[in-house]
Amino acid sequence: MKNLDSFLIPPSQAARQHGPNDCIVMSSRVRLARNLRGSAFPTWAKKPERVKVLDAVLPAVSALPEMADSFAEAMDNLTQLDKQILVERHLISREHAAKNIGSGLVLNRAETFCVMINEEDHLRMQALRPGFQIREAWLAIDALDSVLERKLNYAFDNELGYLTACPTNLGTGIRVSAMLHLPGLVLSEQINPIIQSVNKLGLAVRGLYGEGTEALGNVFQVSNQMTLGESESVIVERLEKVLAQIIEHEENARQKLMEEKPKVLFNCIGRAYGNLAFAHIISSKETMNQLSLLRLGVDIGLFPGTERAVVDELFLITQPAHLQKQLSDKLSAEERDLARADMLRDRLKAVPRPATK
Amino acid sequence: MQCCICKEKPATVHLAQIVGEKMQKLDLCEDCAKAKGVNDPASFAVADLLLGLGASQELDPSAAGAEVKCPRCGFSQADFKKSGRLGCPECYVTFAEGLAGLLKSMHKGTRHVGKTPEALRQTRENVDRLKNLQKKLAKAIETEDFETAASVRDEIKAMSAAPAKAH
Repeated sequence: MKNLDSFLIPPSQAARQHGPNDCIVMSSRVRLARNLRGSAFPTWAKKPERVKVLDAVLPAVSALPEMADSFAEAMDNLTQLDKQILVERHLISREHAAKNIGSGLVLNRAETFCVMINEEDHLRMQALRPGFQIREAWLAIDALDSVLERKLNYAFDNELGYLTACPTNLGTGIRVSAMLHLPGLVLSEQINPIIQSVNKLGLAVRGLYGEGTEALGNVFQVSNQMTLGESESVIVERLEKVLAQIIEHEENARQKLMEEKPKVLFNCIGRAYGNLAFAHIISSKETMNQLSLLRLGVDIGLFPGTERAVVDELFLITQPAHLQKQLSDKLSAEERDLARADMLRDRLKAVPRPATK
Repeated sequence: MQCCICKEKPATVHLAQIVGEKMQKLDLCEDCAKAKGVNDPASFAVADLLLGLGASQELDPSAAGAEVKCPRCGFSQADFKKSGRLGCPECYVTFAEGLAGLLKSMHKGTRHVGKTPEALRQTRENVDRLKNLQKKLAKAIETEDFETAASVRDEIKAMSAAPAKAH
């Protein structure tokens, strides 16, 4: 069995993957839900049936040329900490992290494809890209799926399309999503009307870890909700249009804050820097919210000479599982808050205070 | 805090429900809470509401009979009410009638548009074509256009004789 820790791209490198508009669009993702004909869906299937599906799907996925030299493992072979690391990297869902026998995962070397086996559906395959690249992600996962459909007998109905465990995913089984960093819209209090109008277009806005989670660190996920009755390319196109508009609104909000309320902006960013650089006890929630402001500071030029990757790496390595992996998995929440603060103070020594005149 | 349903009135009824390991929270105003039957928590599933399957939209029991079970996997309507998930691909046939209204309220349309596995593409096209021809035939008979009817009938015959090659 491969060691997950040495397989994953190191955080310092992961934070340096660039894509179009990555100061606002942190990453793009397209996932397809697929199921096998004749087998019960994972949440209803008994253990032997789930194991049978896993034993058929895992080798088929690992044998794809795109998945050469991949990390392919049954979930019961992963430790709790490894699973949590994968959630913090946004490679698997929190639901999948709770799975054990009869579920699995195939992740390619470049971390551009990640297939969850027996999550809510037999297959949840995702293509991941840094920055604003939803079309590229769709084309990539479409190609992967087209090869896989020759090896696996998908449950497909002429009227209803790809059959999924939940009727909300029926038809195309597609979910197109982008993770957006929107501190400008939050600070200027425009985020709620924007979320409402995005909802009206039939798109969902969720927090950092998807369904039912908080928008920590001003990070929001925007995705389609409807999957039946329109084609994948129409869905991708709509998302592209809406995302382009959100990007524009965020840029305008930042611009306007700088012009009209520079003191408010400098105050937020300066305090965030102070908190992070001098705290001795800090929770992961506070860390994310403050790092978001630091990231904004880098993007609007208050930290000349500091790359955004410094902040993005901290975003990752200060989260609970990453922190425990680096130090010790026996840390209590209180001990983690101390260790996190030590790490932040140390890292931010290399970041000079904001240049706010 | 605003009501998460009407998004107008202030929320005064707050609900939290734990399903599996997930906690779901709802904040409702008085009126929406009443409309959704929240006064009687026993008969109310937050998950249903979040999924857009309000009490009026669950699988229509008259359509298939409340006791119907999927012959393939043994899944029942009661199971769907609990989880909002179906048991197996076959369930879409078993509960087809009850699902129709639900799908309509959830999606843009009720017919799949988009990718089709290559191996099934031909079949799918043929099914579509046959349906169209049958419609055309019915219309031709109705309008007593027997010339068209005869040619359409021949086309249908040719298709069923050689379904794979029909193009």
